[in-house]
Amino acid sequence: MEVYLDYAATSPVKSAVFKILEPYLKENFGNPSSIYRKGQISRKSIDEARVKIANFLNCDPQEIIFTSGGTEADNLAINGIIENFDKPHIITSMIEHHAVLNTCKYLEKTGQAEVTYLKPSRDGVIDVEDIKKAICENTILVSVMYVNNEIGTVQPIREIGKMIEKENKQRLENSVKRKIDNTKTLNSANYQPIYFHTDAVQASEYQEMNVQYLHVDLLSLSGHKIGAPKGIGALYVKKSIPFSAMMHGGEQEMGKRAGTENVAGIVALGKAVELIKKTKTKTKKLRDYFIDRVLKEIPAVHLNGSYEFRNPNNANFYFKYIEGESILLNLDLVGIAASSGSACASASLNPSHVLMAAYGDAERAHGSIRFTLGENTTKKEIDYTINKLKIIVEKLRKISPLTPLELRS
Amino acid sequence: MKKISSLYSKKVIDHFQNPRNMGEIDNPSGRGRVGNPTCGDLMELQIKVEKQNNQEIITDAKFQTFGCGAAIATSSVLTELIIGKSIEEAKKITNKKVVETLDDLPLAKRHCSVLAEEALKKAIVDYQENTTKNKK
Repeated sequence: MEVYLDYAATSPVKSAVFKILEPYLKENFGNPSSIYRKGQISRKSIDEARVKIANFLNCDPQEIIFTSGGTEADNLAINGIIENFDKPHIITSMIEHHAVLNTCKYLEKTGQAEVTYLKPSRDGVIDVEDIKKAICENTILVSVMYVNNEIGTVQPIREIGKMIEKENKQRLENSVKRKIDNTKTLNSANYQPIYFHTDAVQASEYQEMNVQYLHVDLLSLSGHKIGAPKGIGALYVKKSIPFSAMMHGGEQEMGKRAGTENVAGIVALGKAVELIKKTKTKTKKLRDYFIDRVLKEIPAVHLNGSYEFRNPNNANFYFKYIEGESILLNLDLVGIAASSGSACASASLNPSHVLMAAYGDAERAHGSIRFTLGENTTKKEIDYTINKLKIIVEKLRKISPLTPLELRS
Repeated sequence: MKKISSLYSKKVIDHFQNPRNMGEIDNPSGRGRVGNPTCGDLMELQIKVEKQNNQEIITDAKFQTFGCGAAIATSSVLTELIIGKSIEEAKKITNKKVVETLDDLPLAKRHCSVLAEEALKKAIVDYQENTTKNKK
């Protein structure tokens, strides 16, 4: 049996999406910037996709910038904002995706920004109050992910957005007051709001994506996590905010992202968001069943991340006394694909920064496995996975010197 | 689906799936514990040494390992390499020999074979210290 439980890593292109994108790789190959018919077919399909995504996010189509994926959207969001400031301060979290984390670290290293990295609580959720406390005079950007890619925790985006709006109101009042005191002229030119970016790459299929409801100014999307191909993503940028391009060249994407558009990818992304179902109870029910059975039937297992504030497709377990890569390898040998926070499974030698930030325990980080379900995951697949997991965990615990006697029999 | 298992040789997978000489020895002559669960690798090797024809022979070896597939496979193959060898012969076994016996390891996993060599060295030193202590 082949069981794919790594949908947070990537997902297959949905057949309805493939059907709609295919002509744009073949006969509809026109460059959208060309004025003849073939070009205009491409232009029109981009415009239509942009409207679909705007509907999905409840924003203006002109507020959508297509990118090469989530990583570029994150890079563009942060750089596009900070470019306009002298030594600005950014607040982000220690559990962000590397696309945000390493962008911030780079800006810090090159002296372009000051950055505060907030630690999550033990269940992997960022506290709104911690963000509020970290705000300084030169804070211009807060970037907090919507759903964590490893432990699936859902961050309080709406609460953060509303808190920032309140802060901004205060800043506006203060700046007006200063102006009145200093020059007796009412001018709010000195007012500098804080912008709020969220990386919603893991959230799009399962969470509320209305940017007005969320009170966000920038939001990143990725195609290949929701049934579109790799190589396409989008960034929502609120109209009113100062924003600079990172990619220089042609005038594509309202001058905010140069380069001939990935027409097939854009069309696919439009279709993929259209296909997102309003009800997600099926995946959540199956995931709950999975978590409950694993916690009940395998001894010495912990769930990583909050049970309550959790994306419906994510289950991340810490199997005590054994190491992640050896679990993954065994799973792979029986046809199950999952992923690990363990360093040994990747090229880097450091254990997962997310598990380290949430639990500060390297042994836990080394012994954890992430399973992420998709729309087509079946109960049969989950039952098969649980049965195999039981055998694998028991076997590896027999090999491990850390296993206590009572778990060896 | 790209298999992680395809990164490893058949021999590594075989030792990983069917580890030889796993467990503990009653009254071992020497033991070597190396690595650290914080780093993701912990290996314990135990050896039984007996005098035969004036030679110190490793008559049994057992291991317990917390670690990745390569760490488990290198521990397993190490026990096969040393059982029946004299202490002097065992001292000459290097991590390179371990890697060769497994038909190679991916570059990122070579450090596991170093761990095996260290565990062996430590177990031999422990055995030698134990025998000197017993003589006194």
